[in-house]
Amino acid sequence: MSEKNDLRRYHAAVWDEPLVMEFGHPGRRGQVFPEAEPAVRKAVGEARALIPAGMARTEAPHLPELSEPEVQRHYLHLSQETLGMMGISLFGTCTMKYNARVSEAVAMRPELAEVHPHQPEDTLQGILEIIHGFDLILRELSGMDQFIFQAGGGADAAYTHCCLTRAWHQARGQLAQRDEIITSIQAHPCNAATAAAAGFKVVTLQLEENGYPSIGALKAALSPRTAALLINNPDDMGIYNPDIKEWVRLVHEAGGLCFYDHANFNGVMGKLRARELGFDACMYMLHKTFGAPKGGGGPAVGAYGCSKELAPFLPTPVVVREDGAYRLDHDRPQSAGKIREFWGNVPQVLKAYAWARCMGAEGINEASDLSVLANNYMDKKLGEIRGLTRSNPQVKKWRMEMTRWSLGKLKEDTGVGTADVANRMADYGIDPYWMSHEPWVVPEPFTPEAGEMYSKEDLDQWIAVIARIVEEAYADAALVKSAPHAQAIHQIKGAPLEDPKRWAMTWRAYRRKNGSTPSGG
Amino acid sequence: MTSNEATAHPWMANSLADIKQAMLAEIGAASVEELFEQIPVGHRLKASIKLPRQLKSEAELKRHLVTTLARNGNCEQYLNFLGAGCWQHHVPAVVDEIVGRTEFLTPVWGSPQSDHGRNQAWFEYASQMGELLNMEVVQLPVYSWGCAIGHAIRMAARLTGRHEVLLPRLIDPERLSVIRNYCEPTEMTGHIAIVPVAHDRKTGGLDLRDLQAKISAKTAAVYFESPGYLGTIEGQGAEVARIARAHGAETIVGADPISLGVLKPPADYRADIAVGPTQPLGVHMNCGGGVGGYIASRDEEKYIRQYNGFLVSITDTARPGEHGFSLSCSHQTSYGMREQGRDWTGNSVYLWAIANAVYMSLLGPQGFREIGELILQQAHYAARTLAKIKGVRVLFPKGFFKEFVVNFDGTSKKVARINKALLKRGIFGGKDLSREFPEFGQSALYCVTEVHSKDDIDRLASALKEVVGK
Repeated sequence: MSEKNDLRRYHAAVWDEPLVMEFGHPGRRGQVFPEAEPAVRKAVGEARALIPAGMARTEAPHLPELSEPEVQRHYLHLSQETLGMMGISLFGTCTMKYNARVSEAVAMRPELAEVHPHQPEDTLQGILEIIHGFDLILRELSGMDQFIFQAGGGADAAYTHCCLTRAWHQARGQLAQRDEIITSIQAHPCNAATAAAAGFKVVTLQLEENGYPSIGALKAALSPRTAALLINNPDDMGIYNPDIKEWVRLVHEAGGLCFYDHANFNGVMGKLRARELGFDACMYMLHKTFGAPKGGGGPAVGAYGCSKELAPFLPTPVVVREDGAYRLDHDRPQSAGKIREFWGNVPQVLKAYAWARCMGAEGINEASDLSVLANNYMDKKLGEIRGLTRSNPQVKKWRMEMTRWSLGKLKEDTGVGTADVANRMADYGIDPYWMSHEPWVVPEPFTPEAGEMYSKEDLDQWIAVIARIVEEAYADAALVKSAPHAQAIHQIKGAPLEDPKRWAMTWRAYRRKNGSTPSGG
Repeated sequence: MTSNEATAHPWMANSLADIKQAMLAEIGAASVEELFEQIPVGHRLKASIKLPRQLKSEAELKRHLVTTLARNGNCEQYLNFLGAGCWQHHVPAVVDEIVGRTEFLTPVWGSPQSDHGRNQAWFEYASQMGELLNMEVVQLPVYSWGCAIGHAIRMAARLTGRHEVLLPRLIDPERLSVIRNYCEPTEMTGHIAIVPVAHDRKTGGLDLRDLQAKISAKTAAVYFESPGYLGTIEGQGAEVARIARAHGAETIVGADPISLGVLKPPADYRADIAVGPTQPLGVHMNCGGGVGGYIASRDEEKYIRQYNGFLVSITDTARPGEHGFSLSCSHQTSYGMREQGRDWTGNSVYLWAIANAVYMSLLGPQGFREIGELILQQAHYAARTLAKIKGVRVLFPKGFFKEFVVNFDGTSKKVARINKALLKRGIFGGKDLSREFPEFGQSALYCVTEVHSKDDIDRLASALKEVVGK
């Protein structure tokens, strides 16, 4: 689409790739398993006879019948039809990073991939050493006394905190009374949602003129019913709440626990410690801040750390070091119980450890410097583009590592909104940005987060694409509204997704509802 | 060496003095430090953080990681019979190639167009699981089997307005601990009471008389597993579902998908919601970091409205005849409704859903039948071979899939001691059950799959003979 040299002439691969269910040939195979050896068959007889009466499958599943290279090529085609951060992804709130291939290579070795979590501890010393070593790194960064890695993501770590909050107040005989958790409208929705799923009532504080809720609002929310505060800082607008120490003091005074959702740690790592601000617990996302891959949404890790007072309530097991050896401590009678089986997504812990070792203290400091510098650089340049306005314009100070922008003006002027722009970005080989969590506190939002990985040239390219799309919106709004135009497929229709008669979450549902076979892609 | 080169880090393109200077000049700031002005001085660290020495060189980093991990033993080195929620199965090489593709490995979300291939792979995960399960709705996997059970129980509680679940007393304590958290403590208004149902002493399945005695108009759901924690196949699934239905309760069944080429899927004995592990389908054990959980049901709106996570639906595009894939009903999740949403969702194990999709495509109907038959025969061969050892007995010797309980009471040796001796012989013995279920005495849960050969099993048997004979 671009004729200028400064923007790339990107076009996605178009394979018209059929569904894997739609091709193949009866009898074809991608994997073969041997027959049981003759002595085995002789000893136990036919497999069918080993199944209780009536419990054998009668009709084979209608799975694809394909050769191995057909399967391989099919999924390679699908990977090629995925932009997947091969462009520039400034996906705010997710802290896009380089995921080192060396860590992938090491994690695939049998010394980790083929390890069973119930192996004797003598045979787990290598991985336990890494987990403990990483625990110590996070303790130094946070000031907390113990970390665990059981939570399968950031939301699961928030849930972990809610489970610990229950156990903590239960141990004091106050759980029935303390049934409220306080959060803010700018905290990630998972804070409110996990609190509710854990059985708490949720009190949500609204933003005020400084860009964060006031101390007065917090005071009004506190009561003998307060169980905990779940809060992020800075928020997704790049605003740091300077009253946070006083917040923590007030919540403690009311008898509640304070949880620091460190989703936005990238801008403050090496600059402050959660424990020194008074927090009882905090959470880091290893698949975001610590360089482990996101996998399109996991396997992820919400590393949960807490004070020594809360530590007895942690889910088990906890990795401990004693007399020079490592072991899994299962014997913790006050434990809140498990929130997921085993001890977490261990390969991701290894990758985060590798990231922290490769960065070192100096690299981690540098990364937060670069993230904040890059965001303010972006702010300056984005501010020069018409149709864009920055959230909290009254806040004149430099922003932290990300800023929320609004395309409300562009939408008013041209009818082109943030979803249209996101769609169009892909036509320039730029990964669509993150708009905003619900609720949108500014109209037509988008939230770029530059991070430390991308070069100044990458950032300039990204900004140039936004500027180009804005020009397009003013000149030819229909071009942007009908985007994308250079992708594997055209703009999808949203209506069938919400219509019970038409939605289809599987191929068999689709066939039943449509009675015919669709063509490829 | 210039000052630029001294600071350059291979993962940070702007870690150069001249670039930082140019960016500062562009924005009109005197120093990077100035940019942190929002943080009060009293919040800042007094001294800089101290971490282990930086390993900026990949060569050095790799050496450190590999040397440290070498202190682990692993299941290629040792002959492994551990299962219990994390199982050693063969992972086809093509699966590893596909999930290692950077386009799948490294990003988070794109748009349905920009990341079309990934969305299609997700739809193919759900579609193939749907074929294995004979169910039309499968959401993207949650964190684990235990988490899937937890969400399914909460779905049933919302559907029925009831707050009690019946489940087998012989359940994995690890899963049960996860479920307990999902069911909330008694102090919470949403508390769901967990009522254990006794087992049939012969089969290991549910004791129907105990089930009948405990089910009532308060029961939101009956949950059972086939195969269960101790490996046994539930032979009375249809009867359990009938009893549940008669009391207005949902039937939730946990099933290992790798068994479904040979075993009846839960829908065929009228389960309402199916859940289970996804790790067996092409994901390495990863020290327990390979687990995931599926949730599936019929395509009925009342169920769909209760899903907590991401449902990926096929849809049309602007070009006639073309299809795309995107999230359906996403407003009901916590992303759309915060605390009003269904439980919560977020990052889970979506990369493993792609591993599962590739795995199912590779196996196809014949592969699932073959692997199921091979596992059944080898596991039974192992059980019968071990049972011939003096003092060794197999509890529930019939009607199991890949796991079975070996009892050593007749040898007057403890499992812990036996496993120690096996370890010396290069074998990881079965999981010790003596603390979890004292009623079974000195028993261990053994797992045999397609990765084992007859020789492996014979080697285990002769090692055990030696160990218990001493």
